[in-house]
Order: sequence, then structure tokens, then C-alpha cells
Amino acid sequence: MHFDAFDRYHETDSFIHRLDPRVKVVVTVAFILSNALLPDGAWIASGLAWLVLLFANISSRLGITFTLKRSFVALPFALVAITVLFSVTGEPLASLRFLIWDLTITDVGILRFVSILIRSWLSVQMAILLVATARFPDIIHALEHLRVPSILTTIIAFLYRYLFVLGDEVFRLMRARESRSAALAVSGTRSGRSAVWQAKVAGHMAGQLFLRSYERSDRVYNAMLARGYAGHLETINPHELRRRDYVTVALALLAMLFLQLVGRL
Amino acid sequence: MTNVLQVRDLHFSYHDGRPALRGVSFTMCAGDKVALVGPNGAGKSTLMLHLNGILNGGGEVNVGGKRLTRDNLPVIRAMVGLVFQNPDDQLFSPTVFEDVAFGPLHMGLPMDEVESRVRSALEAVRMSGFRDRLSHHLSVGEKKRIAIATVLSMEPQILVLDEPSAGLDPRGRRTLINLLRELPITMLVSTHDMKLVQELFPRTIVMDEGQIVADGKTRDILENEELLTAHGLEKP
Repeated sequence: MHFDAFDRYHETDSFIHRLDPRVKVVVTVAFILSNALLPDGAWIASGLAWLVLLFANISSRLGITFTLKRSFVALPFALVAITVLFSVTGEPLASLRFLIWDLTITDVGILRFVSILIRSWLSVQMAILLVATARFPDIIHALEHLRVPSILTTIIAFLYRYLFVLGDEVFRLMRARESRSAALAVSGTRSGRSAVWQAKVAGHMAGQLFLRSYERSDRVYNAMLARGYAGHLETINPHELRRRDYVTVALALLAMLFLQLVGRL
Repeated sequence: MTNVLQVRDLHFSYHDGRPALRGVSFTMCAGDKVALVGPNGAGKSTLMLHLNGILNGGGEVNVGGKRLTRDNLPVIRAMVGLVFQNPDDQLFSPTVFEDVAFGPLHMGLPMDEVESRVRSALEAVRMSGFRDRLSHHLSVGEKKRIAIATVLSMEPQILVLDEPSAGLDPRGRRTLINLLRELPITMLVSTHDMKLVQELFPRTIVMDEGQIVADGKTRDILENEELLTAHGLEKP
């Protein structure tokens, strides 16, 4: 019973798997940037970006719908953009009353909302493909090579490493609480007390978790020092760029440029 | 004698399809003190998590004559005091008092009743002076005893302990053994500590690969060297 819901690497031998992780990181970031830069309503460019994504899916040999199936997890976050429906001025289409606010939906608002939805949906899928085709340590290593400050890469690496440990700990704490969440057999006595009390207990649990993580970080750091840690993590995976890596980066960047041109014509 | 606990044909598999329990049945009478032994991965902890409905597999669990169902889970949890192996999981409040009071408070008992239950639970584990201490700064032995107090305060009918003596120094272990001996309550204790089994429990259940392979007088089981070796156990 372990908390491993986030471990998404999928072992396969494919063209994308064999690419240098730096290439994958650069291309993914470029793809996301390109999506973000597309103007509202650039449907053709978005469609082409989607084709790029499908092509990447196929070359990863994980299946054409691989990222699609996993992308819905991230969709709720895109709903944050729902406010643009009402906040952009344009031709009013409909209005509704929400509590004390009168909200008016405009045509420009809808256009922008749908564009944001499509952009984030495409970007999330490419990110999903990145973590499915590159091992996490390799991604970290790639970030280091790409001159991301080592303090950041180290933080990300530890975050990932201890996410599971903490997740397990939260899971066990909650199980222990559940075990003692009892009621009297006598009817008439309400169990569970008030929401305020339950919130207080949950707050205490969060506090305990913080204390323990804090103490654990001390122990981990001491263990690292004891093994000669001097500021950065070493890796035994030598990455070298081959011809196909250069070609892939060049082609991918050209494709993004083309997308931008199409989106702006 | 009344049956406090009756388990019938319990089956359970984890998400990955690995079977953990394959038809476990046994009964415990009021006042029984039973040891549960077996190698790591035998299914002891999984079995214990079924006794208060944290896990639900196929089969039947009856506590105090009541069949465990989704509806009476809270009532069953008041009757079965489950103490986890790692006391750090059990103790999630800032102070000892709040941890021991969690169960009674959750049941909705009045404040003076909560106070008196906490007092007697701490007395039972001989930790009365620790009421206002911070849980996470106690020693392992102290934490284990507080963890037991956190379920005693619920006045359960049966105490279920997962490896209570693991990680204790000799004195902590001795204190715990004396404590378990004196507690006038039905208990099921999983352990690898065969000396503890010999000293404390008249009856022993041996589990291996998700099944009960022996259930009988501790004396007989500890004499049966063939059985012990076959299931990775050692004679104390």
C-alpha cells in the first residue's frame, strides 16, 4: 500500500525514449511557449499543434490516445480561466445572476475562454508525454545541463523523492485517525463533534506533518553530509547529444515557428 | 464464554492482485490473550486492518455479536482498539492529552467523562505525568504506551496491537510486557518476539501466506519445531 500515483514513466523502446532528455525538455517547453503565444481563435494553428502532439504520441509508441486519456486530470485547473467569460468586453450574449453579481457573457469572452482551454489542454498533454518518456532523474539532469540553477533542480529532485514518503505518511496518519473515529452504540449521542473541532484536528495533523518533515530534512541532510555531499547531486548517466537529437530540436523549433506564422496570418 | 471476535473465511487482495488473505477464520472469547505470529508478508497486519473495517475483503467479521457492516463501522471502531506498529502514525495531536482524548471526543462524550477516561487510560499505561507533554518529543517506548492509551480511552472490548515490542530497548520492552499482562482486556497481538509470546500468551495463531497454519496452545506450538521452521519462526 504505497502512494505511487504520480510515478508516470512508461518503459518502452521508441524514438522519443531514446532522445536525449535535454532535447525532450527543450522541445516540450518550446511547444508550451508556442501554444501560449498563439493569438485567440487561431484554430488552424491549434489544430496543427494538435497534429504535432499526435505525431509525438505515435513516435513514443505509447499509443495515439495515450496523453489524451491522462489529460483530463489537469482540466479542472483550466477552469480557473472561467472568469474571462465575463471579464472581457465585447458583444454581450447572455447574462446570469450569481449571488450578488450580474454576470454578462460576451462573444470575445467565449473566444478567449475556449482558446485558453485548448492551449492548456495541448500543453498539459505534451508535459504528460515528457514525464512518460523520460525518467525523472534524467529530466533533472537535463535541467542542470540547461543551466537551471542547481538550487532549483535540487529542490525539484527532493520534492519528487520525498513526495512519496510524505504521501505515505499522510495516508497512515489518516488511517490511524479513521481507526479511532468511533461512535457510541447508544443512539442519541452524535459522534464526530463539530466541523470546527474536526478542522482543528486536521490542522494539528498538518502541523505534525510539517514538524516531522522538518526534522526528517535535518536527518536526511546529515546523512547526505556523511556521504560527502558538497552542494550538487552527481549522476552516472552521461548524456551526449547525437545527430538525431540536433535534427529533432531543429525540426521541432521550425515547426513551432511555422505554427506561429500560421496563427498570425 | 461469549465470543468477542469471530472471523469467518476472510479473503482479501491488494490492488495489484496480490492475495494477502486466503480464507482466514478464528474466534476469540472474552478475556483471551492471543499472539499472532508469522513471517513478514504473512498477512498479519492486513488481517488486523480488517478487524475494524479499515480494509474490507470477502468474508465476515463479527465483533461482540455484531456483524461488521458499513453502517455500524463507527460503533465497531469503538469496540476494537487498533494500535498501529509505528506510534508516530497513531499520535497526530500536539499534546498527549489531545491524542488520548481524540477517541472519546469523537464519540461525543461530555467533557468530564472525557477527562476521566483520559486520566484512567494514562494511569493504565503508567504515563499519568505525561498529560501535557508534546507527543513527538517522547521516546519510542513512551510513544508506544501513549499509543495504547489512545485506544484504551475508548474503552474497547478488544485490543489489537501490531508488533508492540518492535524497536524497544530491554527496559521499554519489559515495561510493555508487564503492562500487557496486567491489562484486564481481550487482546490480539501480532509479534516476531517469540519470548514475549512464550511469556504472555496462552494461545498462539500462526499465519503464513495469507492463511492460518496453526492455532492452539502456545506451549504445543513452541514445542513443534517442524512447524516453526516451516514458517520461518524460531523457538525462543
